Order: sequence, then C-alpha cells, then structure tokens
Amino acid sequence: MTSVWLLARLTLVEALRRRIATAALCVGAAFLLVFGIGLHFIHRDIQAHAQVHGPTAAIQAAALVVVVMAGLYAATFLAMMAAVVFALDTLAGEIGSGVIETLCTKPVRRSSILLGKWLGCVGLVSGFTLLLLGGVLLIGRAIGGVTPPHVLQPLALILLEGVLLMTVALACGTRMSPLASGMVVFGLYGLAFVGGWVEQIGTMAGNASARLVGIVASLVMPSDALWRLASYLLQPPLVRDAGITPFTVASVPSNAMVLWAVGYVAVTLGLAARLLATRDL
Amino acid sequence: MAAFAIETRGLRKDFGNKLAVRDLTLNVPQGEVVGFLGPNGAGKTTSMKMLLGLVRPTAGQGVLLGAPLGDVAARRRIGFLPEHFRFHEWLSGRELLRLHGGLLGLRGAALAREAEDLLARVRLSEAAGRRVREYSKGMQQRLGLAQALLSSPDLVFLDEPTSGLDPLGRVLVRGIIEDLRTRGTTVFLNSHLLSEVERTCDRVLFIRAGRVIRDMPLDESDRGIETEMRLDRVTPELLQGLTRFAREVRADGTAVRLRVDSEERLPEMTLWLAAQTVGLYHLAARPLSLEAVFVELMGAEAADGSSHSPAPAGPESETWP
Repeated sequence: MTSVWLLARLTLVEALRRRIATAALCVGAAFLLVFGIGLHFIHRDIQAHAQVHGPTAAIQAAALVVVVMAGLYAATFLAMMAAVVFALDTLAGEIGSGVIETLCTKPVRRSSILLGKWLGCVGLVSGFTLLLLGGVLLIGRAIGGVTPPHVLQPLALILLEGVLLMTVALACGTRMSPLASGMVVFGLYGLAFVGGWVEQIGTMAGNASARLVGIVASLVMPSDALWRLASYLLQPPLVRDAGITPFTVASVPSNAMVLWAVGYVAVTLGLAARLLATRDL
Repeated sequence: MAAFAIETRGLRKDFGNKLAVRDLTLNVPQGEVVGFLGPNGAGKTTSMKMLLGLVRPTAGQGVLLGAPLGDVAARRRIGFLPEHFRFHEWLSGRELLRLHGGLLGLRGAALAREAEDLLARVRLSEAAGRRVREYSKGMQQRLGLAQALLSSPDLVFLDEPTSGLDPLGRVLVRGIIEDLRTRGTTVFLNSHLLSEVERTCDRVLFIRAGRVIRDMPLDESDRGIETEMRLDRVTPELLQGLTRFAREVRADGTAVRLRVDSEERLPEMTLWLAAQTVGLYHLAARPLSLEAVFVELMGAEAADGSSHSPAPAGPESETWP
C-alpha cells in the first residue's frame, strides 16, 4: 500500500512540477475574477432596475440565481476538462515514453501503479473542482446574496462527475495514446450532454422514445445526469419549478443513476487495472 | 539457492502476425556476467522484456532467481536499466533514486544512505539536486545505472549501458560491472559494443531471428585461433594437408590464413610442415575476436551495413571475415 501512496504523491508532485497545477490555478483565478466582476455589475443593474420598476425581491433573487447557476455550469465544465487533462498524460504518456518500464520492473503490481495514479488524480480533480465551484458559490453569496438550498450534496455529485471522467480517461490511457483517449472521453461527454437535452425535451414534450434515448445515453456516460441532479439541488424550489431557465431540470435523475455512476467508476477502474496488467510494455 | 539466475525454455513472442522471438532457451549461471548479442531485430529487447515481465510470452516458460517470470516479489532482487531510459525528468536525481528505492521497499535513513552512496558511485553527488531534465545523456545513463543498482540486486539487466557514455563513463560502468561480479551478482548485458562485452563478460549468448544460436564462454581457448603464416611455397596438396589441423584454410600467394580450434594444434601443424620440407618464415596466432565470431554467426545479415553491424573491424579482425 505504501507504493500506492508513493505513486499518488508522485502524481501530485508531477502536476506541480510540470506546472499543470499552476496553469489550472491561473485559469481558475481568471475565471472567478471574470465571474465576480460580471456578477457585481449584473447585481448593480438589477438593483437599479428594481428601484425604477419595483419588481418583487423574489424575481431579483431568481435572476441572480440564474446568473450563479450559469457560473456553476461554466465552472463545472472547466473542472471536467481539467479532470480529463489531468489523467490523459499521467499514464498514457508514461507508457508512450517508456517511463513506466522502470516502475513496472519494481516489486509493485501494475494495479497498484494505476491505483496510485488514480488517487493522485482524484486529489487534483477534487482540489480544482472545489476551488472553482466553492469560489463561484462564495462570490455568489458575497456579491449577489445567493445561497443555494443544498451545497454539499451537489458538490459531491459534481466531484463524482469529475472522478468519473478522469477514470474513463485513465482507463483509455492504458491502451490508447493521450490524444486518442481525449477524443474518446470528450466524445462520451458530448454524447451524455446531447442525451441529457434529448431526455429533457422528451420529458417536457411527453415523448417517451426521446426520453428513453436520453436515459440510455446517461447509462453509457452518466456525467450529464450527475450535473442535472446537482443543478436541481442547487436551485431554490421557486426557480427550478418555474421551468423557464436554461437550468430547469424536467427529468430529475434518480438516486439509482448516482449508484450507477459510482459502480461505473469502480468497474472502469477495475477494467483499467486488467487492461494495464495484461498489456505488453 | 538455484544454480541458474535465469532459466528459460522455449519462450516465444508473437505480436499479431509478427514473430518477435521464436525460441528463447537459455541458462544463465548465478554470478556470471553474460553478454546478449545479436543484430537489430533479432529479438534482444523483446527477450529482455519477457524476462523482466514487461512483455507476456506467447508460449514457453522461464524462471528468474527461482521464481516464475513476472513474479512481483522476485523483482525486489532484480535491477534494470532500459535501453531508452526515460525517467520522471521533473524530479531531481536524488528524488528519483529515493522514489525508486521507496518502490523497492527501502525507507528512511537506509534509503537516504543508499541513494547517496549510489549517487557518489556514479559520480553524480554534486548534480543530485538538479532536475533530471538538466542532465546530459551520459549523466542520465549513469543515474539510470544507479537506479538499477538500488537495493543491491542479485540479478541486473543492463540494456546498452554504455551507449551514451564517453570513455571515462565506460570505464566507470566497467568498474561497476566488475564490482557486481565480485559481489556475486548476475549481470545480463545487452550491448552492441563488442569490445565492452569482450572485456566484461564471462560468456555471451548469440541470438538470431528470435533464437539463441550459440552459448559461448569467453574463455579464449574455446573461440578458436586465427593463424597467419608465410611459407616458401604453397600447393593445392599442401592446403589440403593443412585442413587436418585447421578450418577455413585460404591462400594468398605464399601467405596462408587458417583457423585452428586450440593452441595445441599449432606445434603439430608446424612439425607437419617441416616434415613436408616446407619453409616457414612467419607465423602469427591470436584468439578469434568476438567481432569475428559475431560476424560469422550472423552471416550476411549482420555484415550488411543496413543492419547494426558491429564497429568497423580493425586490421587484426579483418583477417577472417
């Protein structure tokens, strides 16, 4: 087990030394800065508008919730991209360059090497996701006074989404180049995104076939389902039930989908271990 | 303790339709320094990777230090320097050795002490704090060698250990291999530098087309003696008569070149020449060079400049192509 922690630590050190973490922090800080400035001006406009037209406080709050949700959506997208990028090179790159040969000739199982790298990537994904989403939530609260009804559960769901995509990227990296792995993971992410919209529209239109297509897409890649459930939990009931924002969730994923995603991660990790153990280096 | 550090029977590797290694059958005794020679594409690297568990054999079996190929625990006693060594270049030399030492189970003060000792052994103490990416190729190779020697292995695989080194570096590697031999460590050395192999190895294994074709101790008496003579006259009958003492008898005017199996044949041959009343003006004999054996065994493929033939032959080794 010590080897697993050594390799997890190595993955974290790699992110620091290769300036991957620095780049992520810079991008994250820039994102939060832009979001904070934008929210400040939007908040000021809404307040000015309210003084003239006198809309209710609830409508003001709803408008700010939508802006904060947009920030969370963008932050989640950025975090998911980073999750995939963190994982793309750490294994596939080492296989391609031959670095892994000296590791695999040490008294360490290949599954331990994979697990160590996975844990390191989980650390990176968690740190970056919490930084971005936590930043958006704090800025939303400080500037717009927006406080989501749930925070921990949606954050956990978005973290699970990042770990899911990272795990798939790592698994692809056991047999594919970093570029090919990236194509597969982003392709699946896009598939889930489209599937999510098909499911939403199918649900709103009462089209069972379209809804089924969306559910199947979510089973193939449950990333969008996790975001939709998180999004549902982040919005106050008044906003989410109004059904008029881009973040309206017409078809709320069930807890079974969350369990499916957890199982998906476990099975993918096991499959990755098997693929790495049986390949020639 | 097993008599052999490496024992394999019929190891074979196919990559799809491509046969990489046909039949790797060999026994490497404990404590010997063994050279593994063959032209490019002969299957050396794949063979070494099979032995190290990096490549899964399609067929056959093998034992390393008494454990089956791929045994995880046995790797604690095995060191490996890959040919195209690539390391985590964003680590310092010291950090890299500590990482690999940690994976070998070394901890704390013992790990730190061993890393420092090995850095000193490969003359990298002063550069130990620098990132590996700042190292020259030779420094990286020496660092790779130090990494292979962590935890005092019983068996060390060295794939082209001197390819990036200057003469001083080669002397250093030679000294390390001598130390390993003294300690009783088995060394499996893959190198194209036949002069290095000749200096350092106890025996050599020749591989061609994925098969070990000769296991030759580097005891000079076993290699044959290249002999050159100048006689007062050369006739077809004389050349025919010389074949009873030697192989590959060739004449060029009054110069005769031939190969005898052992030095003991030389006095017999000179006595026979005297009995034939043939005047002998010059006789030079020397053990057959490893390069000559290599070229002979590998045939036209190895002599072809398109394959990695050994370094150009010097005057002595040109005698018997």
